[in-house]
Amino acid sequence: MNETWALVVDSFWPLLWAGLSATIPLALASFAIGLVLALGLALMRISANPVLSGIARSYISVIRGTPLLVQLFVIFYGLPSIGIVVDPWPAAILAFSLNVGGYAAEIIRAAILSVPKGQWEAAHTVGLSHTKSLTRIILPQAARVSVPPLSNTFISLVKDTSLASLILVTELFRQAQVIAAFTYEFMIIYLEAALIYWLFCLVLSAGQGALEKRLDRYVAH
Amino acid sequence: MSPTDPDDPLAPTVEPSGAPLLQVHGLEKSFGANRVLKGVDFEVRRGEVVCLIGPSGSGKTTVLRTLNGLEIPDGGVIRFADAAAIDFSKAPSKAQRLALRDRSAMVFQHHNLFPHLTVIENVIEGPVHAHGVPKAVAVERAERLLERVGLGEKRDAFPFELSGGQQQRVGIVRALALQPDLLLFDEPTSALDPELVGEVLVVLKELADEGWTMVIVTHELAFAREVADEVLFFDDGVILERGAPKALLTNPSHERTRRFLDRILRPFDG
Repeated sequence: MNETWALVVDSFWPLLWAGLSATIPLALASFAIGLVLALGLALMRISANPVLSGIARSYISVIRGTPLLVQLFVIFYGLPSIGIVVDPWPAAILAFSLNVGGYAAEIIRAAILSVPKGQWEAAHTVGLSHTKSLTRIILPQAARVSVPPLSNTFISLVKDTSLASLILVTELFRQAQVIAAFTYEFMIIYLEAALIYWLFCLVLSAGQGALEKRLDRYVAH
Repeated sequence: MSPTDPDDPLAPTVEPSGAPLLQVHGLEKSFGANRVLKGVDFEVRRGEVVCLIGPSGSGKTTVLRTLNGLEIPDGGVIRFADAAAIDFSKAPSKAQRLALRDRSAMVFQHHNLFPHLTVIENVIEGPVHAHGVPKAVAVERAERLLERVGLGEKRDAFPFELSGGQQQRVGIVRALALQPDLLLFDEPTSALDPELVGEVLVVLKELADEGWTMVIVTHELAFAREVADEVLFFDDGVILERGAPKALLTNPSHERTRRFLDRILRPFDG
């Protein structure tokens, strides 16, 4: 039992470090890029231009209709066959960003549409341009609505980064595989990895709660 | 403070020409197959209060919205004093739409305050972020206007913390802060609890007394009678009858006007 405990303690730091140095940065970078992409897609999807909305619609359909693992493999293992070699990290960030973009686009679109039309009218009436109406009046209100579903997306993403282990990114799960292969303690090590993912998500959920509270300050309860 | 006071920075500019501030001619608008405006003509002179009454769906709100550029008419001409007439028989340019919008300011039935901004931020949003007024100047003006409608202490409150009547008064201040030539009110008291209607009408009355030019869509006939210079009765997309409030509201010449007034004034009779 002591040996087991010692293994748990010894492997905890390497696992946590892999999480902090790879899993979290990977998730953060992909989410940030994905959100920008999603905002663009959402605006295209809402736009009256049928070409723009058609492109956005198709993109979202493809991203949501194919497995993330397949998207990852196409980028990392597939692209080299047409002469484009992408390193593991950029490949992972690219795949996750494109994926988040597709999912978050629908969330942002719904959030924008949930803001009453009267808000657009009032913004125009006080003289704001379309762009300023969007950025100063509509998006801040849409942000409040979209925090819970976007937090879901982010938490899913943190866990999905474990797929990057399959394209040689040494993140939390890859580190767990290495330690497990070395010690043969599969149960303990993988449970420990699971625990660390869970801890990350607890922190993120707390962050979500705080953000929601902050954005809710202007709403009657 | 009044629009005709030259020392008042809040007052809209006044030109002495005596021409009507606003001329509307032959205004037409359809939504799909539904012809909402079938040729509407009227004028508003500086300092005048014009009340638009009539059954719902008769087009009065649509007229108001076209004046502020929220709807683009299909035909007709809108002309503000000292500006080129805009002929809507062809699609207006963006510059024309913006020029039109900046002449008036709208107060909505449901106030449409920005819920994520405080009272003062609501009021200065347009001046600062659309019209380039320095923030300190806009804040000072906004504070004076809020003081005037008795909401000085609410400057840092969020809209949800206010009563309906207070929200609507902030909506009015937001419109005043734009320093428009013309104030537009779309049923400003219809969404309010009955006991809150008075505080908003008092503000409207004060604005009228100060000489603001206002076009008001309303069902408050007693208010129209007291404050309006002219009442326009809308029915089915046209102005069926117009005149001084006392004459029109007590002795209308059209049967439809009479029936409308009866329904509002004596809803439970026969």
